[in-house]
Amino acid sequence: MSTQTANREAPAAVTRRDGTERRTAPRPPARRNRTGGLTSRVAVNAVLAVVAVYTLMPLTWLLIASTKSYRDLFATNPFSLGDFAFLSNLSALLEYNDGVFVRWMLNSLLYTVVASLLSTLISVACGYAFDKYAFRGREKWFGVVLVGVLIPSTVVQLPLYLMASELGLVNTYWAVLIPSLVNPFGVYLARVFSEGYVPGEVLEAARVDGAGEVQTFVKVALPMLAPGFVTIFLFSFTASWNNFYGALMMLNDDRLYPVNLGLFMWNQNVYQQPELYPLVIIGSLVAVVPLIVAFLCLQRFWRSGLTAGAVK
Amino acid sequence: MAAPLARPAKTPAHPAVPPPAGSAGSAGSAGPGKPGAPGGPGTRRGQRRAVALFTVPFFALFAAVTVLPMIYAAWMSLYREESSGLGFGGTERVFAGFGNFTEALGNEAFLRSFGNIALYCALYIPAMVGGALILALLVDSTMARARRFFQIAYFLPHAVPGLIASLIWLYLYTPGLSPVTDALDAFGADWNFFGEDEAIFSVVNISAWQWTGYNMIIFYAGLQAVPREVLEAATVDGAGALRTALQVKIPTIRPTVVLTLLFTCVGAIQLFDAPKLVQLRANTMGEDWSPTMFIYTVAFKGHDYGLAAASSLLLALVAGLLSFVVTKLGNRWKAS
Repeated sequence: MSTQTANREAPAAVTRRDGTERRTAPRPPARRNRTGGLTSRVAVNAVLAVVAVYTLMPLTWLLIASTKSYRDLFATNPFSLGDFAFLSNLSALLEYNDGVFVRWMLNSLLYTVVASLLSTLISVACGYAFDKYAFRGREKWFGVVLVGVLIPSTVVQLPLYLMASELGLVNTYWAVLIPSLVNPFGVYLARVFSEGYVPGEVLEAARVDGAGEVQTFVKVALPMLAPGFVTIFLFSFTASWNNFYGALMMLNDDRLYPVNLGLFMWNQNVYQQPELYPLVIIGSLVAVVPLIVAFLCLQRFWRSGLTAGAVK
Repeated sequence: MAAPLARPAKTPAHPAVPPPAGSAGSAGSAGPGKPGAPGGPGTRRGQRRAVALFTVPFFALFAAVTVLPMIYAAWMSLYREESSGLGFGGTERVFAGFGNFTEALGNEAFLRSFGNIALYCALYIPAMVGGALILALLVDSTMARARRFFQIAYFLPHAVPGLIASLIWLYLYTPGLSPVTDALDAFGADWNFFGEDEAIFSVVNISAWQWTGYNMIIFYAGLQAVPREVLEAATVDGAGALRTALQVKIPTIRPTVVLTLLFTCVGAIQLFDAPKLVQLRANTMGEDWSPTMFIYTVAFKGHDYGLAAASSLLLALVAGLLSFVVTKLGNRWKAS
């Protein structure tokens, strides 16, 4: 779907990709009313609905639980509403410990959005170079990238911590930021996208017009790669948003925590301080909502990205 | 965008920078620029520089946060800290040869953690991949309604960060807080999510919740790429929905399934967040339940960095072997 933007500019090169992508669109209804009696149709949709209940239940519970005071949390039926304490929970969350939660959210923003933007730019530039330039050992270097995709990130995490502590980088923003700038899978995707979206002739034309290589990349190629850029950004974003293990190792100072580590630490203390329960619950909700909104808004991008990553 | 660009832009100004894309720098002897062939006057040097400019940032960072740490881990794994020291007094470090490796391989907890992960994989992978495949086929079938809604509903858990997902489920497993335990009680089922035998299912469920929908979307996208004529031909030939699914649809998305299996295995072996949280209540699991938890515990509770580094390398080795085996088997299956 996202190809359509690129289509207009680059009809020649996207035919292959276009072929795969167009079929992603819902099939015409012609095929719909063929098979299946009423019973099997009901059965299929019932199964799908049950699974949807399973996937949506935890978030629904979270939403309801966030409206309850600590007392009601344990006293009332989990799916019924108690006294509406959402706002008081929220203000408690924002005020607790001098508003440390807000700080965690901002830290998460830095660790995810800023890091992912940088990381995506690095990946896209690299993947673009792999696609559009011939240089010695190109495929060997690309092999290195592919091996990088398969190296489990948690395996590297401990040595990385040991190195960072020798360099005195432990317990700084850098310790979490720098590792998340590297995204080999993004380089792989960028190469695929560059093949599909950026026709060589357009670059040639830019060169003939006297544009330098960097200028060509920034002014000509990058806009064409925009859908790919967003897709890679989303991948790198989820990776950094999910990064808990690295932050747990690298950070001691609670003012540097990302929000998931902060909530984890609160949860460690709920036995001693049960009044933290509502804070962990509403904190989880506040942390999750922006992500869900972002994913719903950016649907078409992750969809095309997943397809590009997997069908290949 | 100007700011990030400014950084790599400096790179060529330092002639000393050894291009890791070094061969790119020395491309003079080899390939001419691909697009223009030798035509473009003066562009060759520009292109060589551009290659360095575009690739060096990635490879420099890759070296710094992946390659170097691995080398460092290899070096660390050959030493043993003699003191119980917290700090990094190099003086207390004694050469241990492969001592850390033999210690890790003889360590019951380390081996048990691999056993746990093997059991976890045996439960999780069929359930998750099978579930995702079945869901994708159902949504793709002619009988499904509200496809868009189902896709979004299934994908939504993936937007929740892994740790927070585990946290939510931890509460959903906690009697008194949870609608799930209430429902089970109402049916008279006696299920303790934190029990010795049940805990692993609690972990599997968290992972399945996070990943089934994601993989379902990938499979579904693959299924959508099956040409319509092929499906129509199958129908004309009298194949029912089930036969079409098994004999036409699944074979076409084999490569996708193999790739999913590969990523799932590599992910499973690194499992940390979910068991770490479930273990807070499930005391029988222990803090070294998964290999990654073992490494974390050894490093941060025991301060035995040599053993932790050796275990990390062994884990990387197992992960590499696993990827190799899965890819090999997958290719054979793809070819069959």
